[in-house]
Formats: sequence, C-alpha cells, structure tokens
Amino acid sequence: MLNLVRETVVSYAFIERNFNLLKRYLSWEILFFSYSIVNALTIGLIMVGRGSSEDVLYLVIGALIWGFLSIMMREVSDAITWERWEGTIEYTFMAPIYRITHLVGSCFFAILYGLLRTGLVLAIMPLFFGEHINLGNANWLTMGVTVAVSSLSFIGIGLMAAIFPLLSPEKGQAATGIIQSLLLLVSGIYYEIEVLPEWLQPISRISPATYTLKSIRAAMLENQSVESQTGNLLLLFIIGIVLIPLGFWVFHLGEKYAKRVGRLKRSG
Amino acid sequence: MEQPLYGLTVREVSKHFHRTKRTNEKQHFHQKIRHMFKREKETIRAVDNISLDVGIGEIYGILGANGSGKSTLIRLISTLLLPDTGSIHVFGDDVVTDSLKVRRVMNRVSVEASFFKRLSSAENLIYAARLYGISAAEAATKARHILKKLGFDTKRMDEAMEDLSRGMQQKVAIARALLTTPMLLLLDEPTTGLDPKSKRDVQAFIEEIRGERNAVIVLTTHDMTEAERLCDRIAIIDNGKFIAEGTVKELIASVPLQNNAPVTLEDVFIALTGKEIAEEAF
Repeated sequence: MLNLVRETVVSYAFIERNFNLLKRYLSWEILFFSYSIVNALTIGLIMVGRGSSEDVLYLVIGALIWGFLSIMMREVSDAITWERWEGTIEYTFMAPIYRITHLVGSCFFAILYGLLRTGLVLAIMPLFFGEHINLGNANWLTMGVTVAVSSLSFIGIGLMAAIFPLLSPEKGQAATGIIQSLLLLVSGIYYEIEVLPEWLQPISRISPATYTLKSIRAAMLENQSVESQTGNLLLLFIIGIVLIPLGFWVFHLGEKYAKRVGRLKRSG
Repeated sequence: MEQPLYGLTVREVSKHFHRTKRTNEKQHFHQKIRHMFKREKETIRAVDNISLDVGIGEIYGILGANGSGKSTLIRLISTLLLPDTGSIHVFGDDVVTDSLKVRRVMNRVSVEASFFKRLSSAENLIYAARLYGISAAEAATKARHILKKLGFDTKRMDEAMEDLSRGMQQKVAIARALLTTPMLLLLDEPTTGLDPKSKRDVQAFIEEIRGERNAVIVLTTHDMTEAERLCDRIAIIDNGKFIAEGTVKELIASVPLQNNAPVTLEDVFIALTGKEIAEEAF
C-alpha cells in the first residue's frame, strides 16, 4: 500500500515536468491548438450546406475524437522521443522507480492534456458553425464514460508505439504516425466502417477507435444513455485490459533490447 | 547475513557491441549495392573481462583515453547496459537481478549534462528529486545548498538550462546526482570541458564529499592531475581492458626511471598504453 502511494506521488513528477515543458513551449502549443481548430473546421465544413446539422456534427465529432485519441497515443511516445533527444532518458531509467510508474505518469499527462485541448476546441466550434452544431441534445455522461474507458486502449497502443522512439529518436516518431494512420483508416472516423473493403472490416472490429466513435456519436447525436452503450463499452474495456499489459510487455522488451545493444545513450 | 566488504564489486565483466563495418577501400557500384543490403558487422569489445572492488569511503579512478571503455563500464554499473558475461554487485545487490535496489543507492554524473534544456535548473532538479521520492521543497533547499558550494550563482536557478554555460550546466548535473545522497556515486568525466575555475570547484567538492560521508565514488577521467589529486586507487583502461591498477605511488613505481627524471602518472599512462592522453582529450 505504501509502495502504491509512493509510486503515485512519484508519477506526478512526469505530469508536472510535462506541464512545465508545455508552458515553456506555449507559443508552439497555441500554433498546434490553432491547427486542431482549423482541422475540425475543414472537416466539418464539408457538410455545411450539403447535409443536416447532424451530419456536420458527425464529422466534427470524428475530427475532435480523433484529435483526442491521437494525443493520447502520441504523448507517451513524444515523451520518450523528447527524453531520447535531450539524453535524460538515461537518468529516468536510472531512477529507482518501476517502469509502470514512469509510463503511467506520462499517460495521465496525456489524458489531462488531451481533455484540455479537445475541450477547448469543442467549446470554440459553435462560434464557427452557429446553428449547424447543436450540442443541446448531447449526453455528456455517456461521452465522459466512453472517453474514460477508451483511454485504456489508447494508452496501451501508445505504450507499444513508444518503443519506436526508444530505439530511434530520429525515425521512431514517424513510425508512431504509421500506427495512427492505420487506425484512422480502419476505425470509421469520418465514414461508416461498412464502406471499407470487406477484407479490411475485420481489422476495424478490433480497433478500439471504432467502438469509441460509435458510442460518442450515439451520445452526442442521439442522447444515448450509458446503459444503451454497455455492449460497446464492455468491448472497449476488454480491449483496454488486454492492450495495457501488452503495451507494458512490448515496452519492457524494447527497453531490454535497448539496454543490451546500447541504444539509450546519445553520446559517449 | 554476511556484510559485503566492498560497496562495488565487478567480476569478469565483458560487453561487446556489433556495428556495421565501414571500409575506406574504393568499391565498385555492384559492391556498394551489395554492401547496402548485406552489411558486414564487426564486433567491438567495449569492456573486456574487467574485475574490480571499491571499498566504502574510497575514490576509485579509471583512467583511459576516449573510446577506451570507461563510459561503457559506468553504464554497466548504473544498470543502463546489460553485461554479456560477469557480474556487478552494489552493496551486495546484483545490478541485473536487483536493479531497483541498486538504483536506490546510486547516482551518476556523465560528461554530457543531459537536461530538459528549456526548463530551468530548479525545475530540472525538482523533477529529478521527485523520482527519488524527495519533495519539491526539500529538493529546492538541498539544491541551493549544493549549488552554492559548487560556486553556482543560485540567483540563476530559474533561468533555462540552455542559457547557462557548459560549466554551470555541469554543476547542476553534479547537484542532481548529490540531491539523492547516493551511496555509490559514478562520476564519468565530470570535469571534462570545464574552465579551470569550475574544474577546481568541482574537484574541491568531490574531496569534500569524501570527507563528509562514507560513499563509494568511481571517477573516470583522462585528466592525470585530477586522478592524482582525488583517487585513492587508479585503474588504467585501454581497449576495454584494465592494464594496470594500484595507488598513484604503486603505478609510478611500476615504470622504470628514465634519465633519472621523476616519473609522472602521465609517463605511466604513455608507457603502458603507448598513447598520449592529451591527444585524445577534448
């Protein structure tokens, strides 16, 4: 119990450090935030004048949720990339903490940061779309529960993706992008998965993003309750509890390999 | 349970790396293409069958040219590399199987002061201290105390690391290691690249630590004067192997006098390795 409290307190170090870094790069954050708004607008505007306000919201939800999930997948991997560039990864790996503490700290930051950024973009959307976006019918509880449950899966994927920058800070981040693109393709972010070629559809059924999108759209467009989404949420939870240990295991293998071949150092 | 006699015990440790073989020979186009797809590997024996013991309260120096294996050995001790063969124990705990226990009592200063360069030294130090379960308030007080002793202007603690000189960054790196009160302190060329004043500050502080607490200190350097001043015993490493070990007096005595001129540690180094260390230094 004492260990658990200590490790939780220690994991705060990563949250605090990342928020400190965020402050130091505030102008870049504003730039990325602006990009998120432009991205959501570009996608949502496709349907303005062509479809109903629900169609506009359908696409905007896709853009926002994809942004949120991408942040969660990318932030863990970004933290490792950053540490590899700065050379601090050796000091983090030398610290007397469990790897789970290190990674959970990075994941918590990813969730907080993702919620903050996506929430701000969502709040701004009605200013641009006016009557084309109606959030009055949204079930926020269902949305919150879905985001919480789906976070588990995306953290698991993020942990797996983090081994790329661990092994190569130069090319690893791009490899993380490949995983993101694959999920974007198969998960029905901007279209129903039924439009995918039949051979791709089984992959979309194991992607957590597919179920996340379904439940969030049901909550935002149809005011669906948590109970009505139990099946989806259960599937998301199962995928999450499989992916998180799998993610840790893959990261552990990556760390062991890096320590065997000497990939943690930047020089010397 | 029998208490360990030494704080650090290294037994027959070896570490090798594979790297792509580079050739300076002129190659035909087809040879270049073949080389691209089928790269020949060569084995680099970075650490070759090294054994050492360091007692509590002792400063053990490892003297060697660049690329001789000093930093690899330090990384093996600090759990950042896995040895191919042999064993390393820190206060009786194995660095591979009891890694967490070892990490609790150990810290390291490397030649590169690795930090989040946009964060201030205070933010970097508080982050590092939190990883060892030290609160922000305690870390700030301790950091201020250590940095003052190192001759660091503590008014600059809130400046971004990237705005500090190399010497100042290195002092922050030393403070980071000492914040956690390590029982095993690994100093990997801590004064390389520092100006004479900073060098003296750091060396004086290392002497002070030795006087204050019974820590085990391993210092790698290619500065002969530093080694002579600080180390109780010195090992000379060349091509991953220890080729000599002893006190400064013992090492000097091992080399015969030339023209009755007094032998220095540098003479010993040149005689044993055939290398001029100054050429290899930064």
